[in-house]
Amino acid sequence: MKTQPPRNAASAATPELRPQTRQTISWWDRHAHQVAPYLFLLPFFLIYGIFFLYPVVSSFILSFYKAIGLGSRTFIGIDNYVSLASDPRYRQALINTTLYTLASVFILSPLALVLALMVRSFIVPSPNLKSFYRVIYFLPNLTSFVVIALMFALIFNKDFGLLNQALASLGIPKVGWLRETTYALPSIILVAIWTFVGLNSLYFLAGLQAIPEEINEAASIDGATRWQTFWRVTIPLLRPTILFVIVQAVIFSYQLFDLPYLLTAGGPSDATLTIAMYLYVMGFTQFNLGYAAAIGYSLAVIAIVVSLIQFGLFRLWGEE
Amino acid sequence: MVGNRASSARLWQVLGNAILIFGVLLMIMPFLYMISASFKPGSEIYTIPFQFFPENIYLGNYLLLFQQTSFIRWFENSVIVALGRTILGVILSLMAGYAFAKFDFRGRNVLFILVIATLTLPIYVILIPLYSMMVRMGWINSYSALILPFGAQAIGVFLARQYLLGVPNELLEAARIDGAGEWNIFMRIILPIAQPVTATMAILFFSAAWKDFIWPLIILNDDKMFTVSLGLPSLIGPYTQEYGAVMAGSFMGTLPILIIFLIMQRRFIEGVMAGAIKG
Repeated sequence: MKTQPPRNAASAATPELRPQTRQTISWWDRHAHQVAPYLFLLPFFLIYGIFFLYPVVSSFILSFYKAIGLGSRTFIGIDNYVSLASDPRYRQALINTTLYTLASVFILSPLALVLALMVRSFIVPSPNLKSFYRVIYFLPNLTSFVVIALMFALIFNKDFGLLNQALASLGIPKVGWLRETTYALPSIILVAIWTFVGLNSLYFLAGLQAIPEEINEAASIDGATRWQTFWRVTIPLLRPTILFVIVQAVIFSYQLFDLPYLLTAGGPSDATLTIAMYLYVMGFTQFNLGYAAAIGYSLAVIAIVVSLIQFGLFRLWGEE
Repeated sequence: MVGNRASSARLWQVLGNAILIFGVLLMIMPFLYMISASFKPGSEIYTIPFQFFPENIYLGNYLLLFQQTSFIRWFENSVIVALGRTILGVILSLMAGYAFAKFDFRGRNVLFILVIATLTLPIYVILIPLYSMMVRMGWINSYSALILPFGAQAIGVFLARQYLLGVPNELLEAARIDGAGEWNIFMRIILPIAQPVTATMAILFFSAAWKDFIWPLIILNDDKMFTVSLGLPSLIGPYTQEYGAVMAGSFMGTLPILIIFLIMQRRFIEGVMAGAIKG
Protein backbone atom coordinates (compact mmCIF):
# COMPACT_ATOMS: atom_id res chain seq x y z
CA MET A 1 0.00 0.00 0.00
CA LYS A 2 2.60 2.51 1.08
CA THR A 3 4.87 2.07 -1.95
CA GLN A 4 2.03 2.73 -4.38
CA PRO A 5 1.56 6.49 -4.86
CA PRO A 6 -2.13 7.36 -4.68
CA ARG A 7 -3.57 8.54 -7.96
CA ASN A 8 -5.19 11.76 -6.94
CA ALA A 9 -5.06 15.01 -8.86
CA ALA A 10 -2.47 16.69 -6.68
CA SER A 11 0.16 13.96 -6.79
CA ALA A 12 -0.40 13.31 -10.50
CA ALA A 13 0.19 16.94 -11.36
CA THR A 14 3.34 17.57 -9.36
CA PRO A 15 5.95 15.24 -10.93
CA GLU A 16 5.93 17.16 -14.24
CA LEU A 17 6.63 20.44 -12.54
CA ARG A 18 9.34 19.13 -10.23
CA PRO A 19 12.88 17.97 -11.08
CA GLN A 20 13.55 14.25 -11.49
CA THR A 21 15.29 13.94 -8.11
CA ARG A 22 11.91 14.31 -6.43
CA GLN A 23 11.08 10.79 -7.57
CA THR A 24 13.56 9.34 -5.06
CA ILE A 25 11.82 10.99 -2.10
CA SER A 26 9.56 8.43 -0.46
CA TRP A 27 5.78 8.52 -0.43
CA TRP A 28 5.91 9.16 3.32
CA ASP A 29 8.08 12.27 2.98
CA ARG A 30 5.69 13.82 0.51
CA HIS A 31 2.55 13.00 2.44
CA ALA A 32 3.78 13.27 6.01
CA HIS A 33 2.07 16.59 6.52
CA GLN A 34 -1.30 15.28 5.32
CA VAL A 35 -1.12 11.99 7.20
CA ALA A 36 0.49 13.25 10.41
CA PRO A 37 -2.65 14.75 11.99
CA TYR A 38 -4.50 11.44 11.70
CA LEU A 39 -1.60 9.60 13.29
CA PHE A 40 -1.47 12.15 16.12
CA LEU A 41 -5.20 11.67 16.70
CA LEU A 42 -5.14 7.89 16.43
CA PRO A 43 -4.04 6.90 19.97
CA PHE A 44 -6.56 9.23 21.59
CA PHE A 45 -9.49 8.19 19.43
CA LEU A 46 -8.58 4.53 19.71
CA ILE A 47 -8.93 4.61 23.49
CA TYR A 48 -11.75 7.16 23.44
CA GLY A 49 -13.65 5.09 20.92
CA ILE A 50 -13.27 1.77 22.71
CA PHE A 51 -13.75 2.92 26.29
CA PHE A 52 -16.05 5.91 25.89
CA LEU A 53 -17.86 6.35 22.58
CA TYR A 54 -18.68 2.67 22.16
CA PRO A 55 -20.08 2.36 25.72
CA VAL A 56 -22.10 5.57 25.20
CA VAL A 57 -23.83 3.98 22.22
CA SER A 58 -24.04 0.51 23.69
CA SER A 59 -25.54 1.90 26.90
CA PHE A 60 -28.23 3.64 24.87
CA ILE A 61 -29.09 0.41 23.09
CA LEU A 62 -28.98 -1.54 26.35
CA SER A 63 -31.51 0.83 27.88
CA PHE A 64 -34.14 -0.61 25.50
CA TYR A 65 -33.52 -4.17 26.65
CA LYS A 66 -34.43 -6.24 29.62
CA ALA A 67 -30.97 -7.42 30.62
CA ILE A 68 -30.41 -9.15 33.93
CA GLY A 69 -26.76 -9.96 34.55
CA LEU A 70 -24.48 -10.60 31.62
CA GLY A 71 -26.71 -13.29 30.17
CA SER A 72 -29.89 -13.02 28.11
CA ARG A 73 -31.37 -9.83 26.72
CA THR A 74 -34.88 -9.16 25.49
CA PHE A 75 -35.87 -6.09 23.52
CA ILE A 76 -38.61 -4.27 25.42
CA GLY A 77 -38.66 -0.86 23.70
CA ILE A 78 -39.10 2.06 26.04
CA ASP A 79 -40.38 -0.09 28.92
CA ASN A 80 -37.38 0.72 31.12
CA TYR A 81 -38.07 4.43 30.76
CA VAL A 82 -41.78 3.90 31.38
CA SER A 83 -40.98 1.93 34.53
CA LEU A 84 -38.62 4.69 35.67
CA ALA A 85 -41.39 7.26 35.43
CA SER A 86 -43.53 5.30 37.88
CA ASP A 87 -40.74 3.90 40.08
CA PRO A 88 -41.18 5.41 43.57
CA ARG A 89 -37.52 4.86 44.48
CA TYR A 90 -36.38 6.61 41.32
CA ARG A 91 -38.76 9.46 42.06
CA GLN A 92 -37.38 9.69 45.59
CA ALA A 93 -33.81 9.76 44.20
CA LEU A 94 -34.80 12.44 41.70
CA ILE A 95 -36.36 14.56 44.45
CA ASN A 96 -33.33 14.17 46.75
CA THR A 97 -30.88 14.96 43.98
CA THR A 98 -32.94 17.95 42.89
CA LEU A 99 -33.07 19.30 46.46
CA TYR A 100 -29.30 18.91 46.67
CA THR A 101 -28.93 20.70 43.34
CA LEU A 102 -31.20 23.54 44.43
CA ALA A 103 -29.03 23.96 47.52
CA SER A 104 -25.94 24.11 45.28
CA VAL A 105 -27.51 26.79 43.15
CA PHE A 106 -29.28 28.89 45.78
CA ILE A 107 -27.09 28.45 48.85
CA LEU A 108 -23.62 27.34 47.79
CA SER A 109 -23.21 29.58 44.74
CA PRO A 110 -24.40 32.85 46.38
CA LEU A 111 -22.24 32.05 49.41
CA ALA A 112 -19.24 31.59 47.14
CA LEU A 113 -20.03 34.89 45.41
CA VAL A 114 -20.24 36.71 48.75
CA LEU A 115 -16.95 35.14 49.81
CA ALA A 116 -15.29 36.26 46.56
CA LEU A 117 -16.68 39.78 46.88
CA MET A 118 -15.49 40.04 50.46
CA VAL A 119 -11.99 38.77 49.73
CA ARG A 120 -11.69 41.10 46.74
CA SER A 121 -13.10 44.18 48.45
CA PHE A 122 -11.53 46.71 50.82
CA ILE A 123 -12.39 44.36 53.68
CA VAL A 124 -9.19 42.45 52.92
CA PRO A 125 -6.70 45.12 51.87
CA SER A 126 -3.49 43.13 52.09
CA PRO A 127 -2.64 40.88 49.12
CA ASN A 128 -1.04 38.37 51.48
CA LEU A 129 -4.21 38.06 53.50
CA LYS A 130 -6.21 37.72 50.28
CA SER A 131 -4.14 34.76 49.15
CA PHE A 132 -4.23 33.28 52.67
CA TYR A 133 -8.04 33.19 52.51
CA ARG A 134 -8.01 31.82 48.98
CA VAL A 135 -5.71 28.95 49.95
CA ILE A 136 -7.52 28.04 53.17
CA TYR A 137 -10.95 27.97 51.53
CA PHE A 138 -9.48 25.88 48.72
CA LEU A 139 -8.05 23.22 51.09
CA PRO A 140 -10.97 20.74 50.87
CA ASN A 141 -10.08 20.25 47.19
CA LEU A 142 -6.86 18.58 48.25
CA THR A 143 -8.75 15.62 49.66
CA SER A 144 -11.07 13.09 48.16
CA PHE A 145 -14.73 12.78 48.97
CA VAL A 146 -13.73 9.53 50.64
CA VAL A 147 -11.51 11.28 53.18
CA ILE A 148 -14.05 14.07 53.57
CA ALA A 149 -16.81 11.54 54.24
CA LEU A 150 -14.67 9.68 56.77
CA MET A 151 -13.86 12.92 58.62
CA PHE A 152 -17.45 14.10 58.68
CA ALA A 153 -18.77 10.69 59.73
CA LEU A 154 -16.88 11.30 62.97
CA ILE A 155 -17.89 14.95 63.22
CA PHE A 156 -21.57 14.09 62.73
CA ASN A 157 -21.46 11.18 65.17
CA LYS A 158 -24.38 11.45 67.54
CA ASP A 159 -22.60 10.45 70.74
CA PHE A 160 -19.09 11.87 70.54
CA GLY A 161 -19.05 13.94 67.32
CA LEU A 162 -17.62 17.44 67.30
CA LEU A 163 -20.83 19.02 65.99
CA ASN A 164 -23.05 17.73 68.78
CA GLN A 165 -20.40 18.70 71.33
CA ALA A 166 -20.32 22.24 69.98
CA LEU A 167 -24.12 22.41 69.97
CA ALA A 168 -24.29 20.97 73.49
CA SER A 169 -22.28 23.94 74.73
CA LEU A 170 -25.07 26.12 73.34
CA GLY A 171 -27.63 23.97 75.11
CA ILE A 172 -28.92 22.21 72.00
CA PRO A 173 -29.71 18.51 72.50
CA LYS A 174 -27.94 15.74 70.56
CA VAL A 175 -29.04 15.11 66.99
CA GLY A 176 -28.39 11.97 64.97
CA TRP A 177 -27.35 13.97 61.94
CA LEU A 178 -26.93 11.11 59.50
CA ARG A 179 -29.48 8.77 61.05
CA GLU A 180 -32.62 10.90 60.94
CA THR A 181 -34.57 11.41 57.72
CA THR A 182 -35.01 15.13 58.46
CA TYR A 183 -31.32 15.87 58.91
CA ALA A 184 -29.50 13.38 56.66
CA LEU A 185 -29.82 15.27 53.38
CA PRO A 186 -29.18 18.71 54.93
CA SER A 187 -26.05 17.25 56.58
CA ILE A 188 -24.77 16.08 53.21
CA ILE A 189 -25.55 19.49 51.74
CA LEU A 190 -23.53 21.09 54.55
CA VAL A 191 -20.54 18.90 53.73
CA ALA A 192 -20.84 19.76 50.05
CA ILE A 193 -20.93 23.47 50.83
CA TRP A 194 -17.86 23.06 53.02
CA THR A 195 -16.13 21.23 50.16
CA PHE A 196 -16.96 23.52 47.25
CA VAL A 197 -17.47 27.05 48.56
CA GLY A 198 -13.77 27.91 48.14
CA LEU A 199 -13.44 26.48 44.65
CA ASN A 200 -16.59 28.22 43.44
CA SER A 201 -15.45 31.52 44.91
CA LEU A 202 -12.24 31.18 42.87
CA TYR A 203 -14.33 31.16 39.68
CA PHE A 204 -16.11 34.29 40.87
CA LEU A 205 -12.77 35.91 41.76
CA ALA A 206 -11.50 35.15 38.27
CA GLY A 207 -14.68 36.66 36.82
CA LEU A 208 -14.40 39.76 39.00
CA GLN A 209 -10.76 40.13 38.00
CA ALA A 210 -11.89 40.49 34.39
CA ILE A 211 -14.07 43.52 35.18
CA PRO A 212 -11.96 46.65 34.67
CA GLU A 213 -11.61 48.81 37.78
CA GLU A 214 -12.39 51.92 35.71
CA ILE A 215 -15.99 50.79 35.20
CA ASN A 216 -16.62 50.75 38.94
CA GLU A 217 -14.85 54.09 39.30
CA ALA A 218 -16.90 55.59 36.50
CA ALA A 219 -20.08 54.38 38.19
CA SER A 220 -19.11 55.92 41.51
CA ILE A 221 -18.15 59.22 39.82
CA ASP A 222 -21.61 59.22 38.25
CA GLY A 223 -22.94 59.11 41.78
CA ALA A 224 -23.86 55.45 42.09
CA THR A 225 -23.72 53.96 45.55
CA ARG A 226 -21.77 50.75 46.21
CA TRP A 227 -25.07 48.86 46.31
CA GLN A 228 -26.22 50.28 42.96
CA THR A 229 -22.83 49.63 41.39
CA PHE A 230 -23.01 46.03 42.58
CA TRP A 231 -26.48 45.31 41.16
CA ARG A 232 -26.31 47.47 38.03
CA VAL A 233 -22.66 47.03 37.00
CA THR A 234 -20.92 44.13 38.71
CA ILE A 235 -23.68 41.53 38.50
CA PRO A 236 -24.53 42.12 34.81
CA LEU A 237 -20.84 41.96 33.87
CA LEU A 238 -20.41 38.85 35.97
CA ARG A 239 -23.30 37.10 34.21
CA PRO A 240 -21.17 34.65 32.18
CA THR A 241 -19.29 33.56 35.32
CA ILE A 242 -22.50 33.20 37.30
CA LEU A 243 -24.00 31.10 34.53
CA PHE A 244 -20.87 28.96 34.32
CA VAL A 245 -20.78 28.31 38.07
CA ILE A 246 -24.48 27.48 38.20
CA VAL A 247 -24.31 25.15 35.20
CA GLN A 248 -21.35 23.33 36.72
CA ALA A 249 -23.17 23.12 40.05
CA VAL A 250 -26.25 21.62 38.40
CA ILE A 251 -24.34 19.10 36.30
CA PHE A 252 -22.10 17.96 39.16
CA SER A 253 -24.89 17.95 41.72
CA TYR A 254 -27.02 15.59 39.69
CA GLN A 255 -24.07 13.16 39.66
CA LEU A 256 -23.74 13.09 43.45
CA PHE A 257 -22.60 9.65 44.60
CA ASP A 258 -19.53 9.37 46.84
CA LEU A 259 -20.71 11.46 49.79
CA PRO A 260 -24.12 9.88 50.43
CA TYR A 261 -22.82 6.41 49.54
CA LEU A 262 -20.15 6.67 52.22
CA LEU A 263 -21.96 8.76 54.82
CA THR A 264 -25.45 7.28 54.80
CA ALA A 265 -25.53 4.57 52.11
CA GLY A 266 -28.60 6.36 50.82
CA GLY A 267 -30.50 6.01 54.08
CA PRO A 268 -32.27 6.41 56.34
CA SER A 269 -35.18 4.98 54.32
CA ASP A 270 -33.89 6.44 51.03
CA ALA A 271 -33.72 9.99 52.44
CA THR A 272 -30.31 10.48 50.77
CA LEU A 273 -30.67 8.13 47.81
CA THR A 274 -29.39 9.90 44.68
CA ILE A 275 -29.86 9.08 41.00
CA ALA A 276 -26.27 7.90 40.60
CA MET A 277 -26.59 5.76 43.70
CA TYR A 278 -29.82 4.21 42.46
CA LEU A 279 -28.01 3.39 39.22
CA TYR A 280 -25.30 1.69 41.27
CA VAL A 281 -27.86 -0.27 43.30
CA MET A 282 -29.78 -1.37 40.20
CA GLY A 283 -26.71 -2.15 38.11
CA PHE A 284 -24.28 -3.62 40.59
CA THR A 285 -26.30 -5.15 43.38
CA GLN A 286 -29.46 -6.21 41.48
CA PHE A 287 -27.70 -6.61 38.09
CA ASN A 288 -30.65 -5.10 36.26
CA LEU A 289 -28.34 -3.70 33.60
CA GLY A 290 -30.91 -2.44 31.11
CA TYR A 291 -32.75 -0.52 33.80
CA ALA A 292 -29.48 0.90 35.17
CA ALA A 293 -28.50 2.01 31.66
CA ALA A 294 -31.82 3.86 31.40
CA ILE A 295 -31.10 5.59 34.73
CA GLY A 296 -27.69 6.57 33.34
CA TYR A 297 -29.31 8.11 30.29
CA SER A 298 -31.75 10.04 32.44
CA LEU A 299 -28.66 11.64 34.03
CA ALA A 300 -27.18 12.33 30.60
CA VAL A 301 -30.38 14.06 29.48
CA ILE A 302 -30.16 16.43 32.44
CA ALA A 303 -26.50 17.24 31.66
CA ILE A 304 -27.26 17.75 27.96
CA VAL A 305 -30.28 19.97 28.57
CA VAL A 306 -28.40 22.15 31.06
CA SER A 307 -25.41 22.44 28.70
CA LEU A 308 -27.68 23.42 25.82
CA ILE A 309 -29.33 26.11 27.94
CA GLN A 310 -25.87 27.43 28.82
CA PHE A 311 -24.80 27.35 25.18
CA GLY A 312 -28.00 29.09 24.10
CA LEU A 313 -27.70 31.83 26.71
CA PHE A 314 -24.08 32.51 25.80
CA ARG A 315 -25.08 32.81 22.14
CA LEU A 316 -27.91 35.14 23.09
CA TRP A 317 -25.67 37.36 25.21
CA GLY A 318 -23.01 37.33 22.52
CA GLU A 319 -25.54 38.86 20.10
CA GLU A 320 -26.66 41.58 22.51
CA MET B 1 -18.19 63.17 56.91
CA VAL B 2 -14.90 61.74 55.67
CA GLY B 3 -14.00 60.59 59.15
CA ASN B 4 -17.40 58.99 59.49
CA ARG B 5 -16.97 57.14 56.24
CA ALA B 6 -13.48 55.95 57.20
CA SER B 7 -14.68 54.65 60.55
CA SER B 8 -17.61 52.85 58.95
CA ALA B 9 -15.16 51.23 56.51
CA ARG B 10 -13.06 50.19 59.50
CA LEU B 11 -16.15 48.63 61.10
CA TRP B 12 -16.89 46.66 57.94
CA GLN B 13 -13.28 45.49 57.85
CA VAL B 14 -13.37 44.18 61.40
CA LEU B 15 -16.76 42.55 60.93
CA GLY B 16 -15.85 41.08 57.53
CA ASN B 17 -12.58 39.62 58.73
CA ALA B 18 -14.25 38.19 61.81
CA ILE B 19 -16.64 36.31 59.51
CA LEU B 20 -13.83 35.22 57.21
CA ILE B 21 -11.71 33.98 60.13
CA PHE B 22 -14.68 32.06 61.50
CA GLY B 23 -14.94 30.46 58.04
CA VAL B 24 -11.23 29.66 58.15
CA LEU B 25 -11.75 27.82 61.43
CA LEU B 26 -14.62 25.85 59.92
CA MET B 27 -12.41 25.00 56.94
CA ILE B 28 -9.44 23.69 58.90
CA MET B 29 -11.30 22.14 61.83
CA PRO B 30 -12.07 18.80 60.11
CA PHE B 31 -8.43 18.46 59.05
CA LEU B 32 -7.17 19.18 62.57
CA TYR B 33 -9.72 16.71 63.88
CA MET B 34 -8.43 14.07 61.45
CA ILE B 35 -4.77 14.61 62.32
CA SER B 36 -5.50 14.80 66.04
CA ALA B 37 -7.59 11.61 66.02
CA SER B 38 -4.89 9.75 64.10
CA PHE B 39 -2.51 10.22 67.05
CA LYS B 40 -4.97 9.06 69.71
CA PRO B 41 -5.97 5.64 71.01
CA GLY B 42 -9.59 4.72 70.33
CA SER B 43 -10.76 5.41 73.86
CA GLU B 44 -9.48 8.97 73.65
CA ILE B 45 -11.18 9.69 70.31
CA TYR B 46 -14.55 9.12 71.93
CA THR B 47 -13.92 11.20 75.06
CA ILE B 48 -16.02 14.26 75.71
CA PRO B 49 -15.08 17.05 75.49
CA PHE B 50 -12.82 16.53 72.52
CA GLN B 51 -9.18 17.48 73.16
CA PHE B 52 -7.30 18.70 70.12
CA PHE B 53 -3.93 17.85 71.58
CA PRO B 54 -3.61 14.16 72.49
CA GLU B 55 -2.31 13.43 76.00
CA ASN B 56 0.57 11.50 74.46
CA ILE B 57 1.45 11.12 70.83
CA TYR B 58 0.06 7.64 70.15
CA LEU B 59 1.45 5.86 67.10
CA GLY B 60 -0.62 2.70 67.44
CA ASN B 61 -2.99 3.73 64.66
CA TYR B 62 -0.15 4.09 62.20
CA LEU B 63 1.39 0.78 63.28
CA LEU B 64 -1.96 -0.95 62.89
CA LEU B 65 -2.45 0.64 59.48
CA PHE B 66 0.97 -0.37 58.17
CA GLN B 67 1.21 -3.80 59.77
CA GLN B 68 -2.29 -5.21 59.91
CA THR B 69 -3.93 -3.75 56.82
CA SER B 70 -2.84 -3.66 53.18
CA PHE B 71 -2.51 0.12 53.33
CA ILE B 72 1.02 0.18 51.88
CA ARG B 73 -0.17 -1.96 48.99
CA TRP B 74 -3.20 0.35 48.49
CA PHE B 75 -0.90 3.33 48.45
CA GLU B 76 1.33 1.70 45.81
CA ASN B 77 -1.74 0.87 43.74
CA SER B 78 -2.97 4.45 43.96
CA VAL B 79 0.43 5.74 42.85
CA ILE B 80 0.57 3.31 39.91
CA VAL B 81 -2.99 4.09 38.81
CA ALA B 82 -2.68 7.86 39.21
CA LEU B 83 0.69 7.99 37.41
CA GLY B 84 -0.53 5.65 34.68
CA ARG B 85 -3.65 7.70 33.99
CA THR B 86 -1.66 10.93 34.14
CA ILE B 87 1.11 9.88 31.74
CA LEU B 88 -1.28 8.31 29.26
CA GLY B 89 -3.75 11.17 29.52
CA VAL B 90 -1.14 13.88 29.04
CA ILE B 91 0.54 12.24 26.04
CA LEU B 92 -2.69 11.42 24.20
CA SER B 93 -4.14 14.87 24.93
CA LEU B 94 -1.04 16.68 23.69
CA MET B 95 -0.87 14.64 20.49
CA ALA B 96 -4.56 15.05 19.69
CA GLY B 97 -4.61 18.69 20.83
CA TYR B 98 -1.64 19.40 18.56
CA ALA B 99 -3.38 17.82 15.57
CA PHE B 100 -6.53 19.88 16.20
CA ALA B 101 -4.62 23.11 16.76
CA LYS B 102 -1.99 23.05 14.04
CA PHE B 103 -3.16 20.93 11.11
CA ASP B 104 -5.81 21.37 8.48
CA PHE B 105 -7.39 18.07 7.59
CA ARG B 106 -10.63 16.57 6.46
CA GLY B 107 -12.93 15.80 9.34
CA ARG B 108 -11.20 18.12 11.79
CA ASN B 109 -14.31 20.03 12.80
CA VAL B 110 -16.49 16.95 13.02
CA LEU B 111 -14.00 15.14 15.24
CA PHE B 112 -13.44 18.17 17.45
CA ILE B 113 -17.16 18.73 17.90
CA LEU B 114 -17.47 15.05 18.81
CA VAL B 115 -14.90 15.56 21.58
CA ILE B 116 -16.52 18.75 22.87
CA ALA B 117 -20.04 17.36 22.69
CA THR B 118 -19.13 14.37 24.83
CA LEU B 119 -17.36 16.51 27.46
CA THR B 120 -20.51 16.96 29.52
CA LEU B 121 -21.63 13.34 29.50
CA PRO B 122 -21.43 11.93 33.02
CA ILE B 123 -19.38 8.79 33.59
CA TYR B 124 -22.56 7.12 34.88
CA VAL B 125 -23.80 6.86 31.28
CA ILE B 126 -21.04 4.41 30.36
CA LEU B 127 -20.63 2.62 33.69
CA ILE B 128 -22.76 -0.42 32.85
CA PRO B 129 -21.36 -1.32 29.39
CA LEU B 130 -17.82 -0.46 30.50
CA TYR B 131 -18.19 -2.85 33.41
CA SER B 132 -19.54 -5.60 31.12
CA MET B 133 -16.58 -5.01 28.82
CA MET B 134 -14.13 -5.36 31.70
CA VAL B 135 -15.76 -8.62 32.76
CA ARG B 136 -15.61 -10.02 29.23
CA MET B 137 -11.94 -9.07 28.90
CA GLY B 138 -11.12 -10.59 32.28
CA TRP B 139 -9.94 -7.22 33.56
CA ILE B 140 -11.69 -7.25 36.94
CA ASN B 141 -9.07 -6.48 39.61
CA SER B 142 -6.50 -5.31 37.07
CA TYR B 143 -4.41 -2.20 36.56
CA SER B 144 -5.52 -2.19 32.91
CA ALA B 145 -9.12 -1.67 33.98
CA LEU B 146 -8.12 1.04 36.42
CA ILE B 147 -5.92 2.94 33.97
CA LEU B 148 -6.75 2.39 30.29
CA PRO B 149 -10.39 3.57 30.12
CA PHE B 150 -9.28 6.87 31.67
CA GLY B 151 -6.30 7.36 29.35
CA ALA B 152 -8.32 9.37 26.84
CA GLN B 153 -9.45 12.61 28.49
CA ALA B 154 -11.56 14.88 26.31
CA ILE B 155 -10.93 17.79 28.65
CA GLY B 156 -7.17 17.32 28.10
CA VAL B 157 -7.57 17.48 24.32
CA PHE B 158 -9.55 20.67 24.74
CA LEU B 159 -6.97 22.27 27.07
CA ALA B 160 -4.01 21.22 24.91
CA ARG B 161 -5.67 22.52 21.74
CA GLN B 162 -6.51 25.87 23.32
CA TYR B 163 -2.93 26.24 24.48
CA LEU B 164 -1.24 25.11 21.25
CA LEU B 165 -3.38 27.43 19.11
CA GLY B 166 -1.03 30.12 20.40
CA VAL B 167 2.08 28.51 18.89
CA PRO B 168 3.14 30.52 15.81
CA ASN B 169 2.86 28.57 12.54
CA GLU B 170 6.12 30.12 11.29
CA LEU B 171 8.01 28.18 13.94
CA LEU B 172 6.66 24.87 12.64
CA GLU B 173 7.12 25.83 8.95
CA ALA B 174 10.73 26.82 9.62
CA ALA B 175 11.37 23.43 11.18
CA ARG B 176 9.74 21.68 8.19
CA ILE B 177 11.90 23.62 5.73
CA ASP B 178 14.92 22.53 7.75
CA GLY B 179 13.79 18.99 7.05
CA ALA B 180 12.50 18.08 10.50
CA GLY B 181 10.04 15.18 10.51
CA GLU B 182 6.54 15.64 11.94
CA TRP B 183 7.25 13.46 14.96
CA ASN B 184 10.49 15.35 15.64
CA ILE B 185 8.65 18.66 15.50
CA PHE B 186 6.19 17.34 18.07
CA MET B 187 8.93 16.04 20.36
CA ARG B 188 11.45 18.89 20.02
CA ILE B 189 9.25 21.95 19.57
CA ILE B 190 5.71 21.26 20.78
CA LEU B 191 6.47 19.34 23.98
CA PRO B 192 8.85 21.97 25.42
CA ILE B 193 6.44 24.79 24.53
CA ALA B 194 3.54 22.90 26.07
CA GLN B 195 5.09 22.59 29.52
CA PRO B 196 2.61 24.87 31.32
CA VAL B 197 -0.48 23.11 29.94
CA THR B 198 1.21 19.76 30.57
CA ALA B 199 1.59 20.68 34.24
CA THR B 200 -2.04 21.80 34.46
CA MET B 201 -3.26 18.56 32.89
CA ALA B 202 -0.93 16.40 34.97
CA ILE B 203 -2.27 17.92 38.20
CA LEU B 204 -5.86 17.60 37.03
CA PHE B 205 -5.52 13.96 35.95
CA PHE B 206 -3.40 12.91 38.93
CA SER B 207 -5.68 14.34 41.57
CA ALA B 208 -8.83 13.11 39.82
CA ALA B 209 -7.34 9.61 39.64
CA TRP B 210 -6.19 9.75 43.25
CA LYS B 211 -9.68 10.72 44.40
CA ASP B 212 -11.57 8.31 42.14
CA PHE B 213 -13.97 6.14 44.11
CA ILE B 214 -16.79 4.79 41.97
CA TRP B 215 -14.69 3.03 39.35
CA PRO B 216 -12.44 1.16 41.83
CA LEU B 217 -15.60 0.33 43.78
CA ILE B 218 -17.09 -1.36 40.72
CA ILE B 219 -14.02 -2.97 39.24
CA LEU B 220 -12.19 -4.24 42.34
CA ASN B 221 -13.07 -6.87 44.89
CA ASP B 222 -9.57 -8.12 45.76
CA ASP B 223 -8.18 -6.29 48.78
CA LYS B 224 -4.67 -6.47 47.28
CA MET B 225 -5.76 -4.39 44.27
CA PHE B 226 -7.60 -1.71 46.28
CA THR B 227 -6.61 1.92 45.96
CA VAL B 228 -6.39 4.16 49.03
CA SER B 229 -9.85 5.58 48.29
CA LEU B 230 -11.43 2.15 48.26
CA GLY B 231 -9.34 0.68 51.06
CA LEU B 232 -9.95 3.28 53.75
CA PRO B 233 -13.75 2.94 53.95
CA SER B 234 -13.30 -0.85 54.01
CA LEU B 235 -11.65 -0.48 57.43
CA ILE B 236 -14.96 0.57 58.94
CA GLY B 237 -17.38 -2.28 58.89
CA PRO B 238 -19.67 -4.19 61.18
CA TYR B 239 -16.72 -5.91 62.88
CA THR B 240 -14.07 -3.21 62.88
CA GLN B 241 -14.40 0.37 63.97
CA GLU B 242 -10.76 1.44 63.80
CA TYR B 243 -11.48 5.14 63.45
CA GLY B 244 -7.97 6.07 64.59
CA ALA B 245 -6.38 3.96 61.87
CA VAL B 246 -8.85 5.29 59.30
CA MET B 247 -7.93 8.85 60.23
CA ALA B 248 -4.23 7.95 60.04
CA GLY B 249 -4.83 6.50 56.58
CA SER B 250 -6.86 9.53 55.52
CA PHE B 251 -3.99 11.76 56.59
CA MET B 252 -1.39 9.65 54.76
CA GLY B 253 -3.68 9.42 51.75
CA THR B 254 -3.96 13.20 51.53
CA LEU B 255 -0.21 13.82 51.78
CA PRO B 256 0.74 13.20 48.11
CA ILE B 257 -1.78 15.77 46.87
CA LEU B 258 -0.84 18.17 49.67
CA ILE B 259 2.84 17.93 48.68
CA ILE B 260 2.06 18.62 45.01
CA PHE B 261 -0.07 21.57 46.14
CA LEU B 262 2.72 22.98 48.31
CA ILE B 263 5.27 22.68 45.49
CA MET B 264 3.14 24.36 42.83
CA GLN B 265 0.24 26.13 44.41
CA ARG B 266 -0.84 28.36 41.54
CA ARG B 267 -0.62 25.66 38.91
CA PHE B 268 -2.53 23.30 41.19
CA ILE B 269 -5.45 25.69 41.63
CA GLU B 270 -5.47 26.22 37.86
CA GLY B 271 -5.55 22.48 37.28
CA VAL B 272 -8.48 21.88 39.63
CA MET B 273 -10.38 24.84 38.17
CA ALA B 274 -9.83 23.55 34.64
CA GLY B 275 -11.27 20.21 35.73
CA ALA B 276 -14.68 21.63 36.37
CA ILE B 277 -15.16 22.40 32.69
CA LYS B 278 -15.62 18.70 32.13
CA GLY B 279 -18.93 18.80 33.98
